[in-house]
Amino acid sequence: MKPEKLAGMANQIAQFFESQPGDQSHAVADHINANWAPTMRDTFLAAADKLDLHPLVKAALPEIRAPQRG
Amino acid sequence: MKDFIIPDGVHGPKLSDMGTPEKSGPPVTLVIDGMDVSVPEGTSVMRAAAEAGITVPKLCATDMLDAYGSCRLCVVEIEGMRGTPASCTTPVREGMVVKTQTDQLTRLRRGVMELYISDHPLDCLTCAANGDCELQDMAGAVGLRDVRYAPGENHVETRAAEGANPLYIPRDDSNPYFFYDPSKCIVCMRCVRACEEVQGTFALTVDGRGFDARISTGTEDFLNSDCVSCGACVQACPTATLQEKTVDEIGVPEHSVVTTCAYCGVGCSFEAQMRGDQLVRMVPWKEGKANRGHSCVKGRFAWGYANHGDRILNPMIRDSITDAWREVSWEEALEFAANGIKRAQAKHGKDSVGVITSSRCTNEETFLVQKLARAVMGTNNTDTCARVCHSPTGYGLKQTFGTSAGTQDFDSVEQVDCAVVIGANPTDGHPVFGSRLRKRLRQGAKLIVVDPRRIDLLETPHMGEGHHLPLRPGTNVAVLTAMAHVIVTEGLFDEAFIRERCDWDEWSDYAEFAADPAHSPEAVEELTGVPAEALRQAARTYAAAPNGAIYYGLGVTEHSQGSTTVIAIANLAMMTGNIGRPGVGVNPLRGQNNVQGSCDMGSFPHELPGYRHVSDDTARHGFEVEWGVTLDPEPGLRIPNMLDAAVAGDFKAIYIQGEDILQSDPDTHHVAAGLAAMECVIVHDLFLNETARYAHVFLPGSTFLEKDGTFTNAERRINPVRKVMAPKAGLADWEATQALANALGAGWSYTHPSEIMDEIARTTPAFAGVTYDLIDQMGSVQWPCNDAHPQGSPVMHEDGFVRGAGRFIRTAYVATEERTGPRFPLLLTTGRILSQYNVGAQTRRTENSVWHAEDRLEIHPHDAETRGIRDGDWVRLASRAGETSLRATITDRVSPGVVYTTFHHPDTQANVVTTDNSDWATNCPEYKVTAVQVGLSNGPSDWQELYTAQTKLTRRVEAAE
Ligand code: SF4
Ligand code: SF4
Ligand code: SF4
Ligand code: FES
Repeated sequence: MKPEKLAGMANQIAQFFESQPGDQSHAVADHINANWAPTMRDTFLAAADKLDLHPLVKAALPEIRAPQRG
Repeated sequence: MKDFIIPDGVHGPKLSDMGTPEKSGPPVTLVIDGMDVSVPEGTSVMRAAAEAGITVPKLCATDMLDAYGSCRLCVVEIEGMRGTPASCTTPVREGMVVKTQTDQLTRLRRGVMELYISDHPLDCLTCAANGDCELQDMAGAVGLRDVRYAPGENHVETRAAEGANPLYIPRDDSNPYFFYDPSKCIVCMRCVRACEEVQGTFALTVDGRGFDARISTGTEDFLNSDCVSCGACVQACPTATLQEKTVDEIGVPEHSVVTTCAYCGVGCSFEAQMRGDQLVRMVPWKEGKANRGHSCVKGRFAWGYANHGDRILNPMIRDSITDAWREVSWEEALEFAANGIKRAQAKHGKDSVGVITSSRCTNEETFLVQKLARAVMGTNNTDTCARVCHSPTGYGLKQTFGTSAGTQDFDSVEQVDCAVVIGANPTDGHPVFGSRLRKRLRQGAKLIVVDPRRIDLLETPHMGEGHHLPLRPGTNVAVLTAMAHVIVTEGLFDEAFIRERCDWDEWSDYAEFAADPAHSPEAVEELTGVPAEALRQAARTYAAAPNGAIYYGLGVTEHSQGSTTVIAIANLAMMTGNIGRPGVGVNPLRGQNNVQGSCDMGSFPHELPGYRHVSDDTARHGFEVEWGVTLDPEPGLRIPNMLDAAVAGDFKAIYIQGEDILQSDPDTHHVAAGLAAMECVIVHDLFLNETARYAHVFLPGSTFLEKDGTFTNAERRINPVRKVMAPKAGLADWEATQALANALGAGWSYTHPSEIMDEIARTTPAFAGVTYDLIDQMGSVQWPCNDAHPQGSPVMHEDGFVRGAGRFIRTAYVATEERTGPRFPLLLTTGRILSQYNVGAQTRRTENSVWHAEDRLEIHPHDAETRGIRDGDWVRLASRAGETSLRATITDRVSPGVVYTTFHHPDTQANVVTTDNSDWATNCPEYKVTAVQVGLSNGPSDWQELYTAQTKLTRRVEAAE
């Protein structure tokens, strides 16, 4: 998948959580971990520093799980 | 083996007709022909007699309709009452003593029958209703032996003494499915009343009075009238005046099987009335709890596709999509398909393949397809076309209430005081529900419609208030949050309910959020286009109603903020206490017949059956034990992600059951590119659908008439689907999936779908109590059905939310990326119409096309005028994604700045123009908002012509040797 498209999806998720109370970046990471297939997270993390990301997505990066499988 | 045969099915409902509708009330006891009978207060004497097993002769009464009292055949004698009252219009009283058969009554009834018969053609032996005619039956019942009237003025003969008979009206054959033969009409008014009371269309009237009275559509014929061909009048007609053409052609049926309509999420029950294994007609079943004896044109009449010549009945394969198809045996096709999957997995890893389940197939079939992915292929790459319609419902309701389902049954509508309809068009999309809602509106319930378009429901004659909030597409969240603002700031919320049932802190947070002046109707008026005062009135009306119910459709979910909108709806219901009893609730109107079921059955890549996340160890473990495999705890790919991965070269093979993603998914060009990049595309369907042009294997599917199984409708009702004929292609869909799994080494051995349901019950708590035996006994059952609810659950969240405390979640409006600008100044929104179904693969192959031969673009007169467009002109519809051409209809149903079309015909390719924007939480595509430009054109676009040419090329089939 194109990393730019994943960035768009992540930013949309962040736009929802930015109005929510509580730990927003954690919520963003949670949503991505629960719904994105490992390959998607992999592609996304690999390209993350080159992507145009919402600040909340940036803050969530450390919590987005890299795939644990081979 | 599980077929449920109604013994006297020939006559179907007519034999068990109780004469007048059921009542509820304290019991009243009376004596009829010497027998004590107890019935609820308000019951007619006729119905009381029927309860006691005594059939009083009748013609104008039927239990689907209120009594009318015109034929006087049902007269009885009642002690202490003068004369001979009509039993259908006389309510029971305590201690009444009734006689239904005396010499006087016999004489009177014969006199009535004699009059009817004197103006009736006596061609019974060759009449289409021979053996199924109430007039015939009544002549027998009253012992009519001769008719003393000399031939005179009549409606029967084509000729009179001098020249043509002016009273004779020829048969009207304009409706493709039934005819109207006025010469047989006894003017009992059952049809007129059925059209009003049951259907709510008011298409029929009576012209003239007394002997001159004739039933009329008020127009030249049925086809050109308001009639929507629901069939209610045909069913109500006691004679052959209104009669199905199939009965005329084939003869009266001899047995019947109860089954479920395979079209929409209402899930109507039907009797499939058969002669041998030939289907004669589908008649709505009165015991059906979703439809209560009503139907729409699709389920009632549009089943001809099952025998259509376009159906593919042999498996086919080809090495390349430019080759012609080769017909082969099932074994060869399955081996070819299995090899394609194995090759892809060997070369590109186990996650390079996936499946798509269908919301048109049965629960059992869907369960097997996702099991095939998870347990046999070893990947969670499974998704369903429900993704493209109701996935936000799943997310939104799970977050707020704890489970992903509508809260009510359809009967609940009978107790609604204020119905809020958001982004749905029930009279077209969910017609039988639409009729039930209209009935309630005629009784005085209030109506609030939140939709860019003025839908038909608003034109319904009704007693109560009607509000229309014509919002700009894409601003649902802003409108609903503004309603919450009104309810919060004006103190209209139900504090007691919130305190008892919801989390108070979350409520306080939400109340503070909603109360922000930025969310007031005045502040968002310019954005949403909804006048602030109208919005305030609507919010007050909903909050004040004793029972307020929200019904919503794809206009809510198919947006970039679809999930947020569902949350906003749940918030509104909770803050007004409209949850947990009949007459209230949050009700998603599901598009296709088994959208609910396909979601329940674990079609989504991140959820096992029963909405349990794949990372949930307990849930996964249950399936691992049952299936003897290890399951992947990571979510798989969704449809759009599968296509993206295919374009990127990581996804190579797919098995698609009963789904046409090339036509139904947005951004056709992207879908085509994804499919073209795969090495093995397996399509399992009735027809060579649009997706099949990219397929390498075609497995022929079976219709709902050819298999056993269950569908789950929008009210969580598990309805039986029963086989009435053998699968025309040899295998029912569940058998084909099993054979494919076995070709991949699965070793499955199901012999009947009931065994699959048993497996579902063993593994999925909400279905723990469901068995085919229970469904046979109860007719249908609503999940959750388990030890706590052994008979199922009509209303959910009765004593508390499934998740515990109801959860309020903030709903901030985020504008869609799809914005209008100078190049694309209009907003396109899409929908469906009554006579066609989804991508139309079935309905287009029936006579329903007489009502909708093409997709049209609705445009406001103002927007049309500035572009020089006249009604019927070909116009070009262009967006950032692509362009197509279709013809324009000019109407003020849409607001200026908004255009609307349907997507039933492949030639229109409306999805060429929709973009790949999607819901933030679920990636449900944003069909409902696309910025477009419209201009005159001289015909189909280049893409459409290219597409048509390609269709020919990719559909070639080589003759089998
Ligand atoms: S088919 Fe339905 S809509 Fe048409 S006249 Fe009969 S009852 Fe009315
Ligand atoms: S068409 Fe049938 S239902 Fe209607 S008035 Fe005539 S006989 Fe009765
Ligand atoms: S299409 Fe829907 S409303 Fe019409 S008969 Fe079928 S289930 Fe009922
Ligand atoms: S059935 Fe009672 S008057 Fe016709």
